[in-house]
Parts: sequence; C-alpha cells; structure tokens
Amino acid sequence: MTARQQEADARPLLEIRDLTVEFPAPVGGWTPVVQRVSFTLGQGESVALVGESGSGKTVTSLAVMGLTGVTGGRVAAGSVSFDGRELTSLPEREWRALRGPGMGMIFQQPIRSLNPAYTVGDQIAESVRRHLGLNRRAARARAIEMLDLVQIPRAAERVDDYPHAFSGGMCQRVMIAMVMACNPRLLIADEPTTALDVTVQERILRLLRDLQEQTGVSLLFVSHDLAVVAELCQKVTVMYAGEVVEQGTAADVFFRPGHPYTSGLLAAIPKPGLGTGRRLATIPGSIPAPGLWPEGCRFHLRCPHREPGRCDSVRPDLVPAGPSAQARCLRVSEIDLQGVTVA
Amino acid sequence: MLRHAGKRLLAAIPLLLVVPLLVFLLIDLAPGDPAVVLAGDNPTPERIAAIQARLGLSDPVVERYARWVGAVLHGDLGKSLMSDQSVMEMIIRRMGATMSLVLFAMVMAVVLGALMAILSSLRPGGVVDRLVNWLASIAIAIPAFWFGLVLASLFAVTYRVFPAFGFVPLSEGIGPWLSHLVLPGVALGLLPAAEVTLQLRSALGQVLTSDYILNARAKGLSRRSVLFKHALKNACVPVVTVFGFRVAEVLAGSVTIEIIYNMPGLGSLAVDSVLSRDIPVLLGFVLFSTSVVVVVNLLVDISYGYFNPKVRA
Amino acid sequence: MKNVTTPPDDLLDAPGDPYAESAGTGILRGILRRRSTIVAGGFLALLVLVAVLAPVIAPYDPNVQNVLQRLRPPGSGHLLGTDDYGRDVLSRLIHSARVSLQAAAQAVAVALVIGLSPGVAAGFRGGWLDAALTRIMDALMSAPSLVLAITIVAVLGPGVTNAMLAVGVIMAPRFFRVSRATTMDVRHETYIEASIALGCGNLRTAVRHILPNVMPPIVLVTSVSLGAAVAAEASLSFLGLGVRPPAASWGSMLSTASSNMGLAPYLVWPPGVMIFLTVLAFTYLGDGVRKGMLRSRSASGKGE
Repeated sequence: MTARQQEADARPLLEIRDLTVEFPAPVGGWTPVVQRVSFTLGQGESVALVGESGSGKTVTSLAVMGLTGVTGGRVAAGSVSFDGRELTSLPEREWRALRGPGMGMIFQQPIRSLNPAYTVGDQIAESVRRHLGLNRRAARARAIEMLDLVQIPRAAERVDDYPHAFSGGMCQRVMIAMVMACNPRLLIADEPTTALDVTVQERILRLLRDLQEQTGVSLLFVSHDLAVVAELCQKVTVMYAGEVVEQGTAADVFFRPGHPYTSGLLAAIPKPGLGTGRRLATIPGSIPAPGLWPEGCRFHLRCPHREPGRCDSVRPDLVPAGPSAQARCLRVSEIDLQGVTVA
Repeated sequence: MLRHAGKRLLAAIPLLLVVPLLVFLLIDLAPGDPAVVLAGDNPTPERIAAIQARLGLSDPVVERYARWVGAVLHGDLGKSLMSDQSVMEMIIRRMGATMSLVLFAMVMAVVLGALMAILSSLRPGGVVDRLVNWLASIAIAIPAFWFGLVLASLFAVTYRVFPAFGFVPLSEGIGPWLSHLVLPGVALGLLPAAEVTLQLRSALGQVLTSDYILNARAKGLSRRSVLFKHALKNACVPVVTVFGFRVAEVLAGSVTIEIIYNMPGLGSLAVDSVLSRDIPVLLGFVLFSTSVVVVVNLLVDISYGYFNPKVRA
Repeated sequence: MKNVTTPPDDLLDAPGDPYAESAGTGILRGILRRRSTIVAGGFLALLVLVAVLAPVIAPYDPNVQNVLQRLRPPGSGHLLGTDDYGRDVLSRLIHSARVSLQAAAQAVAVALVIGLSPGVAAGFRGGWLDAALTRIMDALMSAPSLVLAITIVAVLGPGVTNAMLAVGVIMAPRFFRVSRATTMDVRHETYIEASIALGCGNLRTAVRHILPNVMPPIVLVTSVSLGAAVAAEASLSFLGLGVRPPAASWGSMLSTASSNMGLAPYLVWPPGVMIFLTVLAFTYLGDGVRKGMLRSRSASGKGE
C-alpha cells in the first residue's frame, strides 16, 4: 500500500469546516441561517444531524450537495471538502458530475420529490444514463434491478408506473433506488421517514441499514428523531438555531449528553414500557427564527439550567464534554444531565 | 384514456344542442312578428310570407327546432334566405380561410408564448423576465383588430412587404398561403401569445420551486435539462387547461381580422348573415363554431392526459 | 377543467373580512400604494371628464360633414385630420369616449344584474337553486362568446344598446361565479349564522352582511370587465353591429380607417390608441385592486 493510498483511507470522506449559509432577509441584506458548522464523516460511516425543524439541518445538507443557490441562499464562509476536494469553489459543471456518482440525497416528502409527469423507471434511468453512460435499454434494466433491490414487488411491471401510483413509503424506496443506482459514496437522507407511517418508517430504516451493509455507502442522516438515529448512526451532531451544540459518538451523546438541549430531546423520546399515564417530556418554547437569535447562548431562553447574567450574555464555545464529545454549554461541567436510561 | 375522451364527448353533446336552441328561442322571444323582424328594414309582404314559409314560423318553436336538429343529423343545414345556396356548402367553401387563420394564430401563440416564458424563466426577476412580463401585459390590452389594421397599414399599404388582402388556399402552394396569412395571423395570434406567455411564466415559476425540481438538480441534471424536461411538462398542465378557452376567443377575433384582410372566411359570412338576418346561415355558423370549441376542448382534454398522467387513471 | 385559476379567483380562497368597512379603507390604502394604479385611475378619471364635457371640449360638431375637407391629414385646423366625410377626427374621438364608456358601463351593468344577485342567492341558499343556476351559467360560459353576441344582435337588431346587452350576458357568468363563491365562503361564518339565528330575514342578512364581503372581489371583476367591454364594443361597432351611423365610437372610427387605409393611414392611430390605453388602464386598475386586496388581507391576517 502506498503512502498516498494510506492517506486517502485515513482522510474523512466529508469534512465541513466553519460553514456559514445565508439567505436573503425580507428587509434586505442577508441573514445567516447556518453559522460556523463543522463536522466530519468518515468512509462508510453513518453520521446523524439532529435537531428540531428550523435548526439548520436541511440547509446544511443542501450546502453539502451544492444546492444552496438553487434554494435562493449562498454559502457565505467555510469549507466543504469531499474526498479531499474543496467543493465550495467548484464550478457548476463539476458539481453536476459529482451529484449522482459522488453523493445523492433523498428528501422528507418522497411523493413530492418525484416528478409526477414521468414514470419512476424514466426517472431512475435518467440519472443512470447521465452518469454511467448506459444506453436506454441498459438503463431500464438497471432501473428494474434497483427497484428490485429496494424491495418493490413486481419491479419489472412497476417500473412503468407513475409516482402517483405509489404510496409514500414506496415513493421513498423509489427515491432510494434512484440515488443508489449511480453507486454514490455518500447518501444524504433528509428526514427520510418523517412523512411516513410508523410501520413504514421501520421498514425504510431497515432498508437503509441493509443497503449500507451491502454497498458500504456513507450516510449523513438528518433527523429530529433521536430514537431513529440511535438505530442507525455511530456519530451524532446536534444542531440548534443554526449552530452545532453538541457532537460525539452516539454512545456518548445518548448516555452522557453534555448539552441541556440534547438532554431535552432525549427526554422527549417516547419509551415503551412506561405506562401511558406518564406525560412525555417536552422542551418548552420554540426554536428562534434566523435573525432573531438571542444574545449569549442561543438555547438559554428554553433552558432549565440557565444561569441569569451568564447564559444570556456570554457566547459559549464547543468544549469537551466527555471522552469523545463536545458541547456548546457554559455550564457543561457544573450540571448533571440525564441521558438515556436503560430500563 | 379512450373512455375518458368518450365521456367528454358525450358531455359536449348537450352544448351542441343547447346553443342552437338558444338561437331558436331568442328568435321566438324577440318582440314583434319574427318574420317581419327577419325580413329586414323595408319588408315587402311577399318577402315576409316567403320567410314565414321557409322557416315554418307558423309552427311552435320546439317543433321547428326538432325539425332543424333532424335535418342536421342528415347533414342538411338548410338554404340561405338571401342566396338560396346550401348553407353546408357555403360553410365548407369558407372554412379553409378561417381554419388556416386560427391555426396560424394558435401555433404562433404556443411557439412565441413558450419561447418568451422559457426565456424569462431562465433568470426569474432578471431584466429579460421583467421585459417579457411588461411586454406581455401590454400586448394583452391591444385589440386584435386594431393591431390587424396597424399591421396592414404598415406592411401591406405603406411598405408592401406582404400581400394586403385576400386568401390563397394551401393547395396553391405553401408560400402564397403563408404570405397571405402572416399579417392577419400575427394580428390574431398576439393576444393568445401574450396570454400563454404570462400563464406559462407563472406556472413555470411555481413548478421551479417544487421538491421534484430540487431532486432533479440533486441527481446532477443541469439547470437547462431540469427546465426543459422536468419543469416544462408540468407547467403545461394549467396552460393547456386554459388553452381551450383561448381557441374560442381566437375564433371570435378571426371575424374582425377576416373583414379587415378581406378574407373569404366564416367571419364575414357570419356578419353578413347577422346584418341580413339570414337565420339558416347564422345557425350554421353557430353550430360550426360550437363544434370547433367542443372539438378543441376534447383535444385539450386528451393532451391533458399526456401532461398530467394522474387523469389517465 | 373546473380548477382554472384566473386572477379574480385568487381572492376567493379565503373568506372575506367581516369588518368590511375597515377592510375597505385598508384595501384603498393598499391600492393607492402602487404608482401604476394611480396613473391608470387618473387616466380613466380624465377620460370620464372628457366624455362628460365632450360637447364643450370638442372643437367641431362630430357629425357635421364637409366634403371640401375630406381626408385632410393632421395639421392646423384639424389637429388629427378629417375622415372620408370631412368630419373632424379629434371631435369624433372625444365624443366617442362618451359612447365607449357608456357602452362599457351598460354591458357591465347588465352583467352585474344577471350575475350578482343570482350568484349571492345560489351561494346563500345552495341546493337545487344553486345547482340549476350554476348549470345555466356554465353553459353560458362554455358557449362561444362571439356566437352568442352575434346571435343576440341578429335577433334584436344592431345598435349599441343591443350589442352591449349581448356583451353583458356573455360577461354575467364571471360575476355569478365570483359572487357565488364568496357568498359560500362567508355563509358559514359565525357572525352570519348568528345574524340568521337572531331572526334577521334572509334578504336583510344578504344585504347587510354578505354584500359587503362580496363587493371587493366584485369591484375587481367589474374593473377587468369594463376593459373587456370597451374592447368588445369596439369590435362589434367595427363590424357594424354596434353604434349606428352617423354617431361615432372608437370601433366605428376604425372601420372608417379600414376602408380608407390607402389614402389616410393616419386614421388608424387615434381611435386604436384610445381603445388600447383605456383597456390597459382598466387592466392595471384591476391589477392594483387585486394586489391591494391581497396586501390588506395578508396584513390583516398577520394581525390576528
């Protein structure tokens, strides 16, 4: 093995440094929506990006896909490097070649993510033909193969159906088939099961896990649901109000959370076996909108552990909060937070 | 798909029956003796009697209507009160000019409208977009027949670029046919072109922000192929829906344009029949225009199935 | 096929504001924020003034013929030239404003009468009345409009009043649809139910509580329809089915221009430009009204 190859293997697949994404403010100018976000994702790893809706998870993942401009925003600062290649300055033509074989993305609303005017087979074949240069017939065969892989029954017939003939869960399978058809190295799944029934959720998650084992694809899993994340990911990055508030290995984050927000999210997971009479914990209040982030710690207004005079004025940094975790909390060493308790 | 079209066709039949019935009722309800009214400004007793006999005005209106429907089913539209010619023959003879004109205008509307809408969607809010929007909203206020007059006066009378008047059937060559159609066709096509532009532009604007467009970009497709392949087909759904109504409008506009350009079409026939109160000819025209609208709406419905696969199910 | 979105319909999505009066002033403020709306409104106000004062302003009698002055190009004496009977074009243009605006008002009045109250009644009562009226209006709408107009004129005889009656009938379904939909939206609001429960008669409820809600969208449709009616009058008069000679309207002046195109091309411009500007002004006014209403609605929505 050459030194260069060794270096390539040790290098993370995706490395995000101080990423700041801005969107036009209604009053003019630009408002940051994601600020100084950093995390890495190794080859074959599964990393979760967690937070409530509005925390900036989707904006971050779209920035990784280079689609910030399409949604009207801009990457204002920071770097995104993929397999050692800096992406923020990549010309559009090279971006297009990367989306598909390099990285693919599935979305929260599978039904709305498929074009109603074309058959699912056409839509899968389209990326295959574009990126793998297959001819029409081979692309169609690949589409059927992929539909089969994502366990859609009677794939050879369903390939000619339009999206409206599929249920939400089936549409998400089609989306997965479409993305995986180009053998991407990174799969970004943005709340892939949120819009689906609970029973269907479970099956989609199992499918993702199986595919990962078969193909070794790296996974960036975006979710607000820590219970789902626990099943799938080795590392967790928690976001709140556009910034990373905690990151670490799944075990660290789940059992020894360093940030009150993470602890709150964990408390909000419904636990089987606890009687129905017990009320589920919730975090009071709601996430502040971009541009309305408070002084000091952005979470302090909702935080049960806030210390007046300190949390509302001093900006916390990410500090070590465990063997392999970091948290953005001033009181990280002073408070004792509840993690997941094994019943 | 075929069943859907068949259903639409069946639903259209009442319209074909009702509009002529309306004409019969109106004639009956009009103040005064219909025969005297229809005989014109200075009627002779012979003429009144002749009209009475020809239209069977002594019979109740329902009976007259039923008789007319029966004759139409046998392909007989009656004879003109003025010239004694067969109405069916008159319509067939004059159909070519009108259909050519309407076809030219609609093709122009689709081609020019689509072009403009696509141009403005390449950069929403940009200079081109705003210019197109501005031009189209101005074009919508230009009356077709005035535009026709202006074009004729500029390009046929002052600068003799195109033949000013008349019509040459397609059978005499595509060049002469087209050159006689350019001015009246452009005049007639401007309004629907502007409407298609505005409609498609707003539809594209909406479609381009949809999830499946983002997904198409995430698949690594270029802006252009996303616009042409993924956005356009979906944006056509609302445009196609409204297109059927536009054909009726264009058909209406063709009447004035035909008169300006002296084209031997159905429009001048209709106006003459109104001025001379030639009811059989008028009824023939009514039936013809209603049929055109019905057929176009049917075609629109069928193409709707292509653009929107959901309705096929 | 039924879900066609035309501009007036955007306003039908949400029920009307119960506080019609404050909404009215809010809408007015919203409308006046746009410069194009003010310009359009100003132009139309000026046009009405010209129409009213036509006999005073016009330099000549519009119908006096002068064979010696036939087809004089624009210049001193006759600012816009003369037509084939030697009549002063400017004077005819000014008097035509009267005819055109009056005709448009007539047509829209007819459409309002035929469309508005049946629309409110259908939306208010529902049931068989609604079904029957909607069926009739749908048929009226799907029939080719010009065919209807021509038929009506054929039966009643040419003339501005008859022509505008025809145009009014054709435009009635728009008013019907808008007033029906708005009424249905408002019908089940609590304050209407309360008014009925308090024993207000149907008529009283309709006039006091529903009409104020129906009016804003109707104003919008009226504005757009006035423009359409001006254009319709022009083309019917151009065909000789509208105004009777020697009276002039912009449409019949264009008919004169059409038959003298070779000798007097200048005749094409004045009436055409007037029709164009008037239609454009009504369109922009309608657009301003619509945007003003949307703005005031979204503003009041935020306040709740």
